[in-house]
Amino acid sequence: MSKSSPRKRAETHLKGALRRMQTDKGALAGTGIIVILIFLAALGRFITPYDPNEQNYDEMLLPPSLSHPLGTDQYGRDIATRIIYGCRYALLIGVAVVGIHFVVGVSLGLLAGYYGGYVETIIMRLVDVMLAIPSVVLAVAIAGFLGGGIQNVIIAVGAIGWRAYTRLVRAEVLSAKEQVFVEAARAIGCGDLRIILRHIMPYTMAPVIAYTSLGIATAILWSAALSFLGMGAQPPTPEWGAMLADGREYMQDGWWIATFPGVAIMVTVLGFNFFGDALRNALDPKTEKRI
Amino acid sequence: MGRYLARRLLMLLPVLLIVTVLISSLVYMSPGDPVRVMLGLRANEEAVAKIRAELGLDRPVYIRYLKWLASTVKGDLGRSLQRNEPVTEMIADSLPYSVQLAFFALVVAVVLAIPAGVISATRVNTWIDNFLSFWSLFWVSMPGFWVAILGLLIFSMHLGWFPVSGQGGPIWTLQGLSYIILPGLILGFRQVAVIMRLIRASMLEILSADYTRTARSNGLAERVVIYKHALRNAMIPTVTIFGLQIPEFLSMSVIIETVFAWPGMGRMLVDAVLKRDYTLVQGIVLVYAVLVVLINLLVDILYIYIDPRIKQE
Repeated sequence: MSKSSPRKRAETHLKGALRRMQTDKGALAGTGIIVILIFLAALGRFITPYDPNEQNYDEMLLPPSLSHPLGTDQYGRDIATRIIYGCRYALLIGVAVVGIHFVVGVSLGLLAGYYGGYVETIIMRLVDVMLAIPSVVLAVAIAGFLGGGIQNVIIAVGAIGWRAYTRLVRAEVLSAKEQVFVEAARAIGCGDLRIILRHIMPYTMAPVIAYTSLGIATAILWSAALSFLGMGAQPPTPEWGAMLADGREYMQDGWWIATFPGVAIMVTVLGFNFFGDALRNALDPKTEKRI
Repeated sequence: MGRYLARRLLMLLPVLLIVTVLISSLVYMSPGDPVRVMLGLRANEEAVAKIRAELGLDRPVYIRYLKWLASTVKGDLGRSLQRNEPVTEMIADSLPYSVQLAFFALVVAVVLAIPAGVISATRVNTWIDNFLSFWSLFWVSMPGFWVAILGLLIFSMHLGWFPVSGQGGPIWTLQGLSYIILPGLILGFRQVAVIMRLIRASMLEILSADYTRTARSNGLAERVVIYKHALRNAMIPTVTIFGLQIPEFLSMSVIIETVFAWPGMGRMLVDAVLKRDYTLVQGIVLVYAVLVVLINLLVDILYIYIDPRIKQE
């Protein structure tokens, strides 16, 4: 009896997924990058001797060297230090944005899929509307009107990406509703809320979890783009997109100014993409056959 | 076909209507007074009140919205708060540039992505497949604005192959072409990565399908099997997902236009937002939404030609 309970099955499914991930090179690379990122965000300040915002006019635009491994910018600030401090912003923004997407997107998806009818029509029309406006256009409008700053970037990027979760979860709920365990839960008198949260939601989570990692990558990309366009983190905040915007005029004087913050964004995004791809493959039983 | 089109067009109206409500409430909720931004910090109260009344900003929100909607339907999107020019004209001036850039990029994307996807799928797990897969993941992960900056730095500033930024006349002239190549390639390459991955995935599925085996066992040449049977079928999911990708493509074009100072709608949007030119932003966002829904409709029509099964239904 306990063997076939959905919970138990979910655990073994997860275990299988974890086992599959251990042999995946992409997963390994992704995990490595994410661990380093978290490490730098938490302990970065103990690694570097410099202050990210202290201007030093004796050391302006220095090329990479032993004392400044990634060079200095137009104000003599150590670029490596600023990139290390920037890890914190990238992670914070990525996780916060995906948190918003997750809460909004998953709840709307659960409601639309479970209740159907008018609820579903209204929610899915809203998704259609959100799909009609290109994400950067909407994010630029929101962030620009709210005024810059990290908080507003999180709101702006948070407002645009939830629709994918809604679609994903709704589709999963539709298939979950037909399962015997939902019928059983209803038969023993569970209320709607309990059925949705305890029985249906866990069932829908596998694709959502994989998507979350890919979502963090996208969130970091979009928020860096907003900061770059001047609507996000403002200088002198050591946020990577803002660093690129700030150093843009000086990029001819030193290639390292425009190069390294971009490399930081790319490596971070690659890390979350690798991890997300591997997670999706591991959680998707169909791929097992293909390999 | 005519009736289908009419019905689809009619269905777009509610979506666009909600888009207008969304944009207008965004403008309404945003902090800061556009009139004060227009007149500067030292403007006296009287002047501010006068301009507010002239622009109709002293009236209730829903009246402002309805008035805006009424004139929008007639094709008048109001006047830009910053430049005091008709928004419709400003958009009409910049839209062709955006279309040029997007079209150039799209041609690059299709021309490169189809062979790349086919090669990848027919030579699974060889070095070339691995290389193309890695290359496309690389492009998808690189921030578009950063690639644009590096492109400018390397190809325009250091090597001097292309002009630094801006637009140099009609693209059928050599000078005009030289300005569009770099932004167009960068915008296109990213789409190559996306489309290539799609084609590879769906080709792989189709190449192992029963009807492909039948085609092969009937003695058809491998080339015919791949291009006539597999690729044509692989285009169906590719076109669908590409249709869904259109907003993303336009998003990226906003960024590329801004970096390359390309005089299109995307750059105008960024400018307008930074200057709090609400009417202009409202207009541009609406035009983007109209573009997206119309392109999606076009994709659906394209579908009928690619997949004869749909026509029968």
